[in-house]
Amino acid sequence: MSAAFVRMETLPPRAAPFAATGLWGWFARRLFATPADIAMTIIGFAAFVLVAMPLFRFLVFDAIWTGKDRDACLNAAGACWPFVAAKLNQFVYGFYPYEELWRPNLVFFVGALLLIPLLIPSAPFKRFNAFLFFGIYPVAGFVLLTGGNLDPQRFLLGRFVRIPEFIDLSAIARFIGVSGHVELGSRGGFRGTFWIDFIASAILLTGAVAIIARLFGTRFVTSLKAMAIVFVSLALIIAPVDADFGLRWVETREWGGLLVTLVVAITGIVAALPIGVLLALGRRSQMRLVRWTSIVFIEFWRGVPLITVLFFATYMLPLFLPGGASIERLVRALIGVALFSGAYMAEVVRGGLAAVPKHQYESAAALGLGYWKTMGLIVLPQALTHVIPGIVNNFIGLFKDTTLVQIVAILDLLGQVRSAFSDPNWSSPTTLYTGFAFAGMIYFVFCFAMSRYSLFLEHRAGSNALRVEGAMR
Amino acid sequence: MTDPAMSSDVVAVEMTGVNKWFGAFHVLRDIDLTVARKERIVICGPSGSGKSTLIRCINRLEEHQSGRIVVDGIELTSDLRSIDAVRADAGMVFQQFNLFPHLSVLENCTLAQIWVRGRPKAEAEEVAMKFLTRVRIPEQANKYPAQLSGGQQQRVAIARALCMNPKIMLFDEPTSALDPEMIKEVLDTIRSLADDGMTMLIVTHEMGFARQVADRIIFMDEGQIIEANRPEEFFSNPRHERTKRFLSQILP
Ligand SMILES: Nc1ncnc2c1ncn2[C@@H]1O[C@H](COP(=O)(O)OP(=O)(O)OP(=O)(O)O)[C@@H](O)[C@H]1O
Ligand SMILES: [Mg+2]
Repeated sequence: MSAAFVRMETLPPRAAPFAATGLWGWFARRLFATPADIAMTIIGFAAFVLVAMPLFRFLVFDAIWTGKDRDACLNAAGACWPFVAAKLNQFVYGFYPYEELWRPNLVFFVGALLLIPLLIPSAPFKRFNAFLFFGIYPVAGFVLLTGGNLDPQRFLLGRFVRIPEFIDLSAIARFIGVSGHVELGSRGGFRGTFWIDFIASAILLTGAVAIIARLFGTRFVTSLKAMAIVFVSLALIIAPVDADFGLRWVETREWGGLLVTLVVAITGIVAALPIGVLLALGRRSQMRLVRWTSIVFIEFWRGVPLITVLFFATYMLPLFLPGGASIERLVRALIGVALFSGAYMAEVVRGGLAAVPKHQYESAAALGLGYWKTMGLIVLPQALTHVIPGIVNNFIGLFKDTTLVQIVAILDLLGQVRSAFSDPNWSSPTTLYTGFAFAGMIYFVFCFAMSRYSLFLEHRAGSNALRVEGAMR
Repeated sequence: MTDPAMSSDVVAVEMTGVNKWFGAFHVLRDIDLTVARKERIVICGPSGSGKSTLIRCINRLEEHQSGRIVVDGIELTSDLRSIDAVRADAGMVFQQFNLFPHLSVLENCTLAQIWVRGRPKAEAEEVAMKFLTRVRIPEQANKYPAQLSGGQQQRVAIARALCMNPKIMLFDEPTSALDPEMIKEVLDTIRSLADDGMTMLIVTHEMGFARQVADRIIFMDEGQIIEANRPEEFFSNPRHERTKRFLSQILP
């Protein structure tokens, strides 16, 4: 070819050499390209055969699929699936009363219905959806699962003064034209004394806070608004829990299985993020008291194993609470798990906060955004996307750690499975393995789903990360 | 430099005896500066002379330790309300653009309008589109900052500040991070603002631009204002020794 060259015609495309395409090409390139590859392929295949084949044989080929009791499985070399089938209700609901199973079912169903669109980024009505899931659903779920109608006796003031059961309103009543006195007892599940107590306490506390805040330079209106929001939301939470919907009370002692696992895990997961965010912000706060409180709190919970926390919450906390006040057993465990996971989350979030460059704070400040708006609108959205893998990793760890509630005699999925082993009707050589295999598969499904979802979010945030670099160029 | 006769409706920024230290380092020394409304001031000087620190004190991104800074009739004190009020009146454009990478161009422009000014979203978007059109990139409204060139990003940053209807604009080396072919588009944008009578303080090394736009050029060195003069005088007849040296280095 001479130095100057001009192509006169376009070359037609030609087929690739045989080995590069097709099934054989794939094998040749991926598995047998070099001697090292060949060795790895053989070792990998051998490992697969050694591990997976027996597993398959146990779970599928040698498994017993039908039967009424242990007799079917006595000579089984594989899994005894009838055992799982017979105990399935127990594994899922524990000893939740059979006639009431529609309640947990409804909670599961609505939960899934609300959660799935929340997880799909393109689904509409995100804010409303989130409000339903984080605001309404926990309260509704609580009422459904327990039966509600808690009948709280006292709020705050009631602990110090006696709220009268009856008020003689005859004078007023006569004035407006009705007779008799008004009873403040329970009505529709609502207890008058409690709500009088609540309103009086709310007014007193609001006043006190507003006055104290005024001394520190906060305007009255601001603190009044803030306190009003607190008490109104509190009332909105307590009222449905107090109301009588005619549901039978189901003690948490009767709950169990997957139901408990999910309740504990979801409470932990949902509580972990806000608690973690607040602690992480606290740890970076300019205010010394806030910073040190956060540090002490985080380090305390990180330094103590979850088992100890649960033990403490269950057996020792009642000793410390005044006047024999008691908190429900499962609730105690839930609080323990929430604080524990929150402290862990705080450190993950802190990592994300550190990755947000200082100039982002500056341009937010230059636009007149205050601390909370800067954090909520500018810093946290970026910080949290930086640490999605860490956050989900925590969630997965937490999901599996929930099984520790067995320590305090709460039977989660694994606990329920183990307790079913002692049923003589189903004692067979493989019952134990079947049960564990079943529990393992359930845990795997949940954890794997979370892990996949995290990957998906990361990919989405991938374009985001590119954006970050672009803007900092 | 300070003329006590000027009242607050002619004075946009007034700094009297301002001092600032970073630790033991005396970064601003006895700064006296009065900026009239509609005045366009260019600040120049060698690296590390305190130019950025000076204009960052005006919207309190940096805190001064002594002296008085009054912006638009509001004195900057540690009172958070005075700081918020001043920040709402002073728009700032940074060397590194500092757009919010997780928000689209339009959202970058509407966020503070909605959350600080309390404007309804629709109105905020209308205002944002108005200023994006003004900086000649309305078609980029739904892109993300990383998808824009540096010059476009800086123009978005200018639009974002303008959306807050500031009375004063502060520019800290707005073109220093840009490739040469993009500098012009940003300078043209700033120039058109100047033509509209915006009060501006601009830190820049673009001397040609300074000569055209500035009412007054301020030369700083070692945390002090060394010389301030009208551009023609400043360039043709610099009086201080350090100004002369600086100009001989920077001008061709
Ligand atoms: N946050 C800080 N802490 C300590 N020293 C600082 C800080 N910010 C700036 N300085 C120092 O103060 C001096 C003035 O900084 P400033 O950024 O105002 O200079 P400048 O004139 O804008 O320079 P340049 O042209 O390089 O931007 C520099 O010596 C710098 O090192
Ligand atoms: Mg600078």
